[in-house]
Amino acid sequence: MLIGLLFFFGQMPITVVATTDSISLKPPTNLRAMDTPNDHGESITLFWDRPLDISNIEGYQIFREAEDESLHLAGYAPVNKTEYLDQLGLRNNVEYQYSMRSINPEGVVSIFSELPPVVTAYPQWFKKNEVNILIMIIIYLGLVVYFVRIARKGKKIFLRRIPGLDALEEAVGRATEMGKPILYVPGIWPMDEIGTIAAMNILKPVSKKVAQYESRIIVPCIDPIVMNVAQQTVKEGFTEAGRPDRYNQDDVFFLTSAQFAYAAGVNGIMVREKPATNLFLGVFFAESLLLAETGNATGAIQIAGTDRVPQLPFFVAACDYCIMGEELYAASAYLSEDPRLISSIKAQDWGKMAILISLFFGSVFSIFGLRFILSWFSAG
Amino acid sequence: MSISTSIWVWMAALLTLMVYSFLYKDNPFYRLAEHIFMGLSLGYTLTILWYNYIIPRVYEPLFLPPHQWSLIFPILLGMMTFGIFSKKYSWLIKYPLAFYVGGYAGLRIPLLLQSWIIRQVEASFLTPDKFTSLMSSINAILIFAGLFATLIYFYFSKKREHGFGAAAQVGIVFIMVAFGAAFGYTVMARISLLIGRMQFLLHDWLGIM
Repeated sequence: MLIGLLFFFGQMPITVVATTDSISLKPPTNLRAMDTPNDHGESITLFWDRPLDISNIEGYQIFREAEDESLHLAGYAPVNKTEYLDQLGLRNNVEYQYSMRSINPEGVVSIFSELPPVVTAYPQWFKKNEVNILIMIIIYLGLVVYFVRIARKGKKIFLRRIPGLDALEEAVGRATEMGKPILYVPGIWPMDEIGTIAAMNILKPVSKKVAQYESRIIVPCIDPIVMNVAQQTVKEGFTEAGRPDRYNQDDVFFLTSAQFAYAAGVNGIMVREKPATNLFLGVFFAESLLLAETGNATGAIQIAGTDRVPQLPFFVAACDYCIMGEELYAASAYLSEDPRLISSIKAQDWGKMAILISLFFGSVFSIFGLRFILSWFSAG
Repeated sequence: MSISTSIWVWMAALLTLMVYSFLYKDNPFYRLAEHIFMGLSLGYTLTILWYNYIIPRVYEPLFLPPHQWSLIFPILLGMMTFGIFSKKYSWLIKYPLAFYVGGYAGLRIPLLLQSWIIRQVEASFLTPDKFTSLMSSINAILIFAGLFATLIYFYFSKKREHGFGAAAQVGIVFIMVAFGAAFGYTVMARISLLIGRMQFLLHDWLGIM
């Protein structure tokens, strides 16, 4: 069928514009089609060599045919390209036949290229190009296990003080003395974000401290699942402090799921409840300055922490203490005093040192033309 | 000057002014705007959830042919979150939460490793093509030194003494320079938002501009 069509469209002049042009235009050569590696299937990659004379070629038309799919134009590639990724309407385990032809700016087309063997798209279970990630995860997990064992043997793992955390106790104490609540804003992102998980890890020791001081904590949430986790976390904190009676489920509530409506609501809480301490810990976006500025105007002591780097300048400008980027993750380990979390911070530090060493030696070797360290990071 | 006659423009303009009244102090007008905003956003979200998720992803595949009975398992898992409303069954919520958090962590860790670490490290190597001119060479060395110092700042398990402490100090200088630049850039973007609102008030509403 395809051969017949190719004969019809390719060997016979397909256009009536100028047959001599059509003959002078050459199609791409050495067309190869292969299943796109390391993907979920439904994709085929084509490679070809450009014709020797490309002066009058604008691009290449890519044609596709399958058993239940007649020959049709499946894509277009500009003249300088030698590769095309076909993902449009492909199905796994179906045999496809491809062909190409050149086209000039006037719309005149060449004959079709030679036919490559039929090709089938299929998914791969293992992404071979991401083996470096697997190795990194295995090494990291090995380090975590090693440091957890060390911590369990009783050896203390040193973690440096984080200024924002040192101020936490003072901030909770201040709120208690003033008889005002503590506002804890756990960011505006759902539980699938590491920053939100860190915010929940910090919430527990904060709740425990609040319960010990017999103070009150308000946690407005933007996501119902975050609210559920926050309720559980605060409840556990109060229970661990031996004051489950002081836990009030209504203080951990869902506000709204829209970003700026949430900011407006939290601002309202700040000006009406007048909390003595505001803690903004989690994932924040454009609302960060709105929240921090309002809190600043109410005179509350403010501690903020986020792993969203673009928001950190606003927190630095408007808050008393700022927990920056990865300090947020370290803070959750530091406050929880959980050997597993502390060990993970130690393992991360080793990872950073490995990166620094790789960068240094990789750069030195790379300047002398040896790229083996660089290529390890380039894979994937 | 031609004041708008559209009721929607008037509503938007009055709500804008109500929100801006917060700049003076908290007042009943701001509270009204705040509650309208929150109520509307909540209602809107519920409608979106109902028509974009519950109907096409739960009701239709489950109750209309061809029935996808396998969906019962994730639906049951999701319904366990309602256990929170009962003291007796509140423990049920731990299962969907564990599934949700664990599943997402597993999905995201390889992605984050690739985009936040491997790609960044790859781009940070000093390679000969970064030394094509004096400026590009200075730029490359500054970025490299900044990365080194900043990474040392975020090293938690070592005391900041001697050279390590000095490197961390250099790191915080780099961080603050970056924050200053980001702050200025974002403030400019916020000013353009304010200009947009002023344009709405003065042009679309009052027609004096």
